[in-house]
Amino acid sequence: MTAPTRVETPRWTGQNYPRKEDRRLLTGQGRYVDDRGMIRQGYAHFVRSPYAHARIVSIDTSKLENMTGVYCTLVGEEVKEMSDPLFQIAPPPGGNMVEYLMAVDKVRYQGEPVAVVLAETRELARDAADLIDVRYEPLPPVVDAIAAQEPDAPILHDEVGTNVSWQGTYEYGDIDWALAEADHVVKIDKLHFHRFSSTPIECFGVVVNWDRGTDTIEVISNNQMPMFGAMMIAPSLRIGIDRFEFTSQDIGGGFGIKINLYKQTGVLALLSRKAGRPVKWTETRTEHHLDGGHGNERWFLDVEVPVMADGTILGVKARAIDDAGAYLHYEPLGAVIWSQVLPGCYKMRHFRIDYSQSLTNKCPTVPNRGYSRMQHLWMLERIIDIVAHELGFDPVEIRKRNYVQPDDYPYETPNGCVYDSGNLPLSLDKALELIDYPKWRERQKAAEGTTKRIGIGIGSTLDSGTNNFGQSRIINRELPFSGNGEAAICKLDLYGEVSVALGTTPQGQGHETTAAQVVADILGISPEEVTVIPGFDQARNSYVGFSGTYASQFAVTGINAVIGAAEKLKAEMVELAAMALGASEDEIELAEGHARVVGDPERAIPFIGLANMIYTNNAELPTEVAERISLNCRHVYVPPFDPPDPDRKYGNLTLTYASQIHAAVVEVDTETGKVEVLDYAAVDDCGVRINPQIVEGQVHGAAAHGIAAALREEMRYDEDGQLLNANFLYYHAPSAAEMPHIKTDYVESPSPFTGTGAKGMGEGGGAPLHAICSAIQDALGSDVPVVADSFNPPERVYRLLHGEGLGAGRGVEVVSKEGS
Amino acid sequence: MDRSDTFDIEFTLNGETVVATVPARRLLIHFLRDDLDLTGPKIGCDTGHCGACTVLYDGRTIKSCMMLAVQADGATIETVEALASDGEMTPVQEAFHEHHALQCGYCTAGMVMSATYLLEKNPSPTPDEIREGLRGNLCRCTGYVNIVEAVAAAAGKETSE
Repeated sequence: MTAPTRVETPRWTGQNYPRKEDRRLLTGQGRYVDDRGMIRQGYAHFVRSPYAHARIVSIDTSKLENMTGVYCTLVGEEVKEMSDPLFQIAPPPGGNMVEYLMAVDKVRYQGEPVAVVLAETRELARDAADLIDVRYEPLPPVVDAIAAQEPDAPILHDEVGTNVSWQGTYEYGDIDWALAEADHVVKIDKLHFHRFSSTPIECFGVVVNWDRGTDTIEVISNNQMPMFGAMMIAPSLRIGIDRFEFTSQDIGGGFGIKINLYKQTGVLALLSRKAGRPVKWTETRTEHHLDGGHGNERWFLDVEVPVMADGTILGVKARAIDDAGAYLHYEPLGAVIWSQVLPGCYKMRHFRIDYSQSLTNKCPTVPNRGYSRMQHLWMLERIIDIVAHELGFDPVEIRKRNYVQPDDYPYETPNGCVYDSGNLPLSLDKALELIDYPKWRERQKAAEGTTKRIGIGIGSTLDSGTNNFGQSRIINRELPFSGNGEAAICKLDLYGEVSVALGTTPQGQGHETTAAQVVADILGISPEEVTVIPGFDQARNSYVGFSGTYASQFAVTGINAVIGAAEKLKAEMVELAAMALGASEDEIELAEGHARVVGDPERAIPFIGLANMIYTNNAELPTEVAERISLNCRHVYVPPFDPPDPDRKYGNLTLTYASQIHAAVVEVDTETGKVEVLDYAAVDDCGVRINPQIVEGQVHGAAAHGIAAALREEMRYDEDGQLLNANFLYYHAPSAAEMPHIKTDYVESPSPFTGTGAKGMGEGGGAPLHAICSAIQDALGSDVPVVADSFNPPERVYRLLHGEGLGAGRGVEVVSKEGS
Repeated sequence: MDRSDTFDIEFTLNGETVVATVPARRLLIHFLRDDLDLTGPKIGCDTGHCGACTVLYDGRTIKSCMMLAVQADGATIETVEALASDGEMTPVQEAFHEHHALQCGYCTAGMVMSATYLLEKNPSPTPDEIREGLRGNLCRCTGYVNIVEAVAAAAGKETSE
């Protein structure tokens, strides 16, 4: 079977089938990692660096030696003996980094673990950790990604020799020609995308047992990409992947951050081996903010935008400086992933982006909902609005003029990505209709001259889904990765039960439900009659190296794996039924739990009868059939990709492009700088929706993350590298009372590449950040500096109102040709 | 008082009497989860902000991470485990299911307890009152849209947001 696949007769697919997962979660019977444990387990607690950058002089654990109930300690020096440094994705110089599972010799961010203690109870582990005496010699930290690249900056990793972990130029078309030809060139000094995290309510957790008898490592955790984690730590632990059994059931939110849960798993496995007993660790909120992982912070410098007199934007020239924090966790993959959406929603053809990534004394960055694309899309949307403001174009019209048009699909971008389908102008119209755009323009006028200004903003984004992992070769041509895929098993069990096992690790995306919907359609039963086994178990479920739940792809990779497995099972069932009923295979249909002859419902065999033929009655069958048919069917969906060309940085990097057009209305209080969202609308186009209600839930969630990030959430470090908001007291994740109502609508542009017409979705493209910045600028007008930061708390907006931006002047300059 | 001191307590949990000896320092949420093996109430923060641990204490919602286990002495405590009787979910739980008001489910038990309490005190809240009533519970998946809708539906009316 080759991709693409589809559900031929959708009865359940496409419906708002209520989720199968809900009952256990609503009644307190979910099984999250902290709800689980192992016999004889101890509780682990980490000792963490209070400094952002320091040499570890000594670690003294002697006070714990005879302490009742304390089982074991582990420090960096021991980890160095027991394991090897982690595999690095980066080529040199970043790839020269020597990163052990725990800090050795030196700490590089506040909260970095330096020791761990195992004790009988949570409280005792914590008390004991306090008694470990660590001496540090503080070093000067560097917390700013631009300063980190200065020649005199303190170096984080001596073996890397520089704080620049990766750099490369992405050049397409002819930007110099475009800048020379353009009627106007708009120059923006500096834009800054801030650091935040989607902060899942459930923090990290691991229960791990390194069983000495079998030399196997059982891991219960909430890792959202466990096989990537296994690939990262197995070489470090000097064992094979087959020694692991990663499991998880319910996961309390992930948003990308829980990809980062591998280093801790590795060190806790070592602790378990040393202690000779299972280890349970539940991260605290404070620890999660310090160490769990943050989204990427990024600077855009010397931005130049060539614009024609009619408002056509030809391209972008810019320097991007990404801030990876202290180690490269999943990075520097973000240094190519942004280019999946190089021109964003627009038909720009000329680019030169000089991209570099800095190491700084801050928590490592990791994928966070909208990973690496939203930073770039934010820059593009800022460009669109700044161009519109400076040159007097209408922000709606300039978007419509430059959007990829409905007739252009499939649209190949300058770097070889293929946008599959969409209707951006229609999506924008729908978003503006939802907020009643003309009404707010009138109210905006009425509010002029008052202290409560109104602004309307638009965010246009793409959510690129189903990565071609070959793009990693653009970062490091030695990497042996390309393509993508997901695995599923569909099985008819002994008494005719239908069960499905997925390679995925959902964190609320409803995979048990949507998988059941498509299997029900294929096998002619109801979703209730399909058991989708909750959770992932490496020893039970099938998987590929890409397995997991991340990067907006389940509707394509996961669902197509399920369809493929169910179709294989159906083919086997039909073959058996034809044999049993004396009919030809094309006469057989599956319906109501039976295989039956079309038009002759009396000639039927129930699923249990088919199961009986294979499992418990095989002497009745020809041996060839009994050996070939298993009723236990595995399928791996493989999307159609070629490896990209690393020299040209060119190729199809993702299979599908869902779009999100958001519209925001804000009120800015000019006396305080406070921004309030008065109205908000999101229009999503992810092609054919398998379960519209679940899709809409994802749209709400992505919108909420962006709105909160734009106005309330920043992981804020001071100049010493101290995180100022390592809990929910100071990190202002919004409650219902602080979140506006989000209106939604949709457009359905089926993807021609996925069989079902569905596109991956869920991450969104950070559209609220773009829409809210756009709305704030719209409210402030053109006399003040440009909105140059993605985070706009009252104090920053207040400063903008009083003429203080990120740089000198208004931060923007327009050079126009004579006569233009 | 020493950190190893223990206290004897007796209280009613989900209709049953619990008699236990607890360390003075043990948080109520840890006692409920680690010692009594409940899985409904969750832990999501260190500061009493997330509300995942919300339970009813003598009929009022409290955050069980902000109390010590010894403070349960003499009280009546109800957790989400007490809501569904004979497998029948309450109207609030049913509405959450029908309106897709939960995704990962981690905040859900606390959210449902707060919603249940809110509707007890105010049987027909406005959308703003619902949002205010759930102020103590953080959800990072839903943007609260469907939660507000579900609570309004459970109260027997549509939202007009």
